[in-house]
Amino acid sequence: MTILTQEQTKHICDRALSFSKADECSVAVTGSRNGNIRFARNQVSTAGLADDTSISVTVAFGKRQGTAVINEFDDKSLEKVVRRAEDLARLAPENPEFMPAVAKQDYKASQTFSAKTAAIDPDFRAQTAAYAIEACKKNKLVAAGFFTDGTSFSSVANSNGVYGHQEQTGLDFTCTVRTEDGRGSGWVKRSATDANRFDAREAADVAIEKALRSVDAKALEPGRYTVILEPAATSELLGYMLFGFDARQTDEGRSFLSKKGGASRLGDKLFDQQVNIWADPWNPDVPVLPWDTDNLIARKRMDLIKDGKVNALNYSQYWARKKGVQPTATPGNIIMAGTDKSTAELIANTKKGVLVTRTWYIRMVDPQSVLLTGLTRDGTFYIENGKIKYPIKNFRFNESPVTMLNNIEEIGKPVVIGGDEVPFQMLIPPMKVRDFNFTSLSDAV
Amino acid sequence: MERRTFLKIGAGTAGAMLVPVFGNAIAAEEMLTAMPVAAKKALADVALNAATKAGASYCDVRIGRYLNQYIITRDLNVENVTNTESAGVGVRVVCNGAYGFAATNDMTPDGIAGAARQAVAIAKANAKLQSEPVRLAPVKGVGDVAWATPIVKDWRTVPIKEKAELLIAANKAGMDAGASFMQSMLFQVNQQKYFASTDGSYIDQDLQRLWAPFSATAVDKASGKFRSRNGLSTPVGMGYEYLDARKEDKIKAAGGVATLYTKSYDIIEDARAAGRDAKRKLTAKSVTPGKYDLMLSPEHLYLTIHESVGHPTELDRVLGYEANYAGTSFATLDKWESKKFNYGSPLVNIVADKTTPGSLGNVGYDDEGVKTKRWDIIKDGVLVSYQATRDQAHIIGKEESDGCSYADSWSNVQFQRMPNVSLQAGKKKLTPDEMVKDIKKGIYIVGEGSFSIDQQRYNFQFGGQLFYEIKDGKVGQMLEDVAYQSNTQDFWNACTAICDERDWRMGGSFFDGKGQPPQISIVSHGSSTTRFNGINVINTARKIG
Repeated sequence: MTILTQEQTKHICDRALSFSKADECSVAVTGSRNGNIRFARNQVSTAGLADDTSISVTVAFGKRQGTAVINEFDDKSLEKVVRRAEDLARLAPENPEFMPAVAKQDYKASQTFSAKTAAIDPDFRAQTAAYAIEACKKNKLVAAGFFTDGTSFSSVANSNGVYGHQEQTGLDFTCTVRTEDGRGSGWVKRSATDANRFDAREAADVAIEKALRSVDAKALEPGRYTVILEPAATSELLGYMLFGFDARQTDEGRSFLSKKGGASRLGDKLFDQQVNIWADPWNPDVPVLPWDTDNLIARKRMDLIKDGKVNALNYSQYWARKKGVQPTATPGNIIMAGTDKSTAELIANTKKGVLVTRTWYIRMVDPQSVLLTGLTRDGTFYIENGKIKYPIKNFRFNESPVTMLNNIEEIGKPVVIGGDEVPFQMLIPPMKVRDFNFTSLSDAV
Repeated sequence: MERRTFLKIGAGTAGAMLVPVFGNAIAAEEMLTAMPVAAKKALADVALNAATKAGASYCDVRIGRYLNQYIITRDLNVENVTNTESAGVGVRVVCNGAYGFAATNDMTPDGIAGAARQAVAIAKANAKLQSEPVRLAPVKGVGDVAWATPIVKDWRTVPIKEKAELLIAANKAGMDAGASFMQSMLFQVNQQKYFASTDGSYIDQDLQRLWAPFSATAVDKASGKFRSRNGLSTPVGMGYEYLDARKEDKIKAAGGVATLYTKSYDIIEDARAAGRDAKRKLTAKSVTPGKYDLMLSPEHLYLTIHESVGHPTELDRVLGYEANYAGTSFATLDKWESKKFNYGSPLVNIVADKTTPGSLGNVGYDDEGVKTKRWDIIKDGVLVSYQATRDQAHIIGKEESDGCSYADSWSNVQFQRMPNVSLQAGKKKLTPDEMVKDIKKGIYIVGEGSFSIDQQRYNFQFGGQLFYEIKDGKVGQMLEDVAYQSNTQDFWNACTAICDERDWRMGGSFFDGKGQPPQISIVSHGSSTTRFNGINVINTARKIG
């Protein structure tokens, strides 16, 4: 068991800081235990458990910085790791953009720990896989999936009196269900901090239903369609766009938020009035640590987009000092405001449209407009007069999330979705969007 | 739960890239030490004996020490220098017909024996769920052997200061030539891998790799426009000598529009050209969408080969083992069995290998102790084989593994990973400048851009770094906002000309992801400049706000 208590980590942090002879010292003690099970072709392929605990020490002499890591915690090892960081700092080139360690911060705890998630054992994992496999066998379908759970702690401290300790848990489950002939494919993803909010049967059933319904897809002409985008279809698009909410990039003229003449779009109404996006470490659905692990600045609620306006940008410590503003903590989660409407209600209100389960292989085509390309996958359906009429072939899209968030017709109820290639926990609603740009057809199922 | 540790490199939305950070930080000097081979052998024997005693019918042990050094610069500043080390042991067994795997960083005999017994216990548990027993293609033990990447200059011995100064000099050259901002990086890898198995092999390998990417960005504040041009180098399985630029390793692109590099790289010269190109991109002509004959340079085509041939011919994908993550493949077994599936035109010959010197895939033995080799994937346009490991060979009637098993760390289990997959040079004498001569309406693309392909590898879209109009047999003006969309089989069947071996060189990827939990692999792809007729080109310019 590698999960250390607050008393243990406080002692380790204090000892490490006491050994430092540098101008300043920051330490982070982290530990995690991650379990997983993978299955494919209706059988378990791999299962594993990995433990890791370490302390990272960063020191600075003037503008020279060094970092060292060790995974032993006795006094001798702690002194060794501090000396090693000091040696590295003395050898390091001076960084003209060096910023000193932050002053004492007030970290208000967030509920990132669930005892039920921490208690997940190999049986729980095997049972999760078994639900999907057995249900698929019964329906003559083929399941492939991955379940992973983790318990971790993070303790941070610096020589200015900063100290924080918190435990975290989390789980992610993805399952792809295909028909034996490969003509239908469905998928589901569930993420949670608390295992009480995870139901393996419910999740597997969603993927199974999508697989069964997606057989014999018809080809629609590529073009602009009204779409209902489930949260897994927009989460990565939003994540890519939010990377651009950076003050330095914007001020330097190399973000989509930079505009003609050198000004930024901060304060401009760039999106539909209904769009509100913020970060909040204390949100009970997507809680994250109340500090930024890179700079130890306390996280606060940060309204990035308010009533369609660009409301806030991320300021690194260096850029904030240069611009005379307060630096920000990088958000760990992304929350988008919604309504109480279910995806089914959005479908019922749609005369003609396309339902998209998820999007995949998303890449930046042009950062100037955040033009992204990618494909629909594992459940794309044609909607007519409020009903799903038939499955359709997958499309490639070329679309900017900025345009997407301008063309919103209706928003549903937000659900939790973990990031895939973007590093955020997200709470995102399904959205009905007009004129979404599908540029070609794909034969992939 | 927040995501695992990533190092964010690159400038904001433009070229931002998240790379996983492995291992613990150590001092550069500590990287030069190594564990004696005899000690590794003794530890490996502990694991082999413990596993066999616990009931394993097969066991392999991988003792690994993985060293990385990253140097990251921005404009005229060094932003970050990181040295990391990760060392430990991974033990894989077959017991009761099932696999078990366990890993530990406790490199004592007790720790290793414990991991071996744990692997056997996991195999026994997995055996209850196994419907077909694991079948390993035979491998003859090779005894004690050693292999090392052929290098001239070990990056570990080059002072950090010298390397940082080279990057800063490149940044300065780019900015002097027109870039508003520069970002450059140096990734250096040394993997000390010891493999032992109950087949009687004890293989000690020392691998080196290097990559020096950069990005030049030009901003026109008046118009609010910005454009980037990335470096045209490739990651290599070489030592630091790759960065000692030699005149004989430079070649001119068709029409003289760029300088390209073979066995060594002039980062300062390329950065200067990139600064100039980034600025020119701000005012380049926006492409008119439509059908064009594409002439693709090896610096670009490697990624199209990777996505449209490399991935779909991975046998585990074909069989469905990657269905939940990377996807499956259109290149199904029935197509291979028919012996007449026209993957491409008769000019298309694609070979897999892990033996080409300087390539990222080049090793003496793979992570199952199989001697590496070279084999055909597509012959005269027809799909003839896949990429198979020991447990997959029998599925496609092979008597031996292709030697393409890989694990990205001692702590992860080895599985089928893409070897180098390369398009063979054309047999008729042809240079890029000669190729241009009979193209009426075309686009010449140099360097990799954005890339996206569906989960069965049919529909793809690729961008690039540099685009030039080809009109009536001549390379003309620079174009912008270009991406091409096609279908894998249509695209490779539209291949009408391939330059000869004088133009053949490799590109590659340092961060190819696959598996759950994800593992990163490295792979090179060679080709000569190649022509594809009548490919659909779209215009990617959009207005927002």
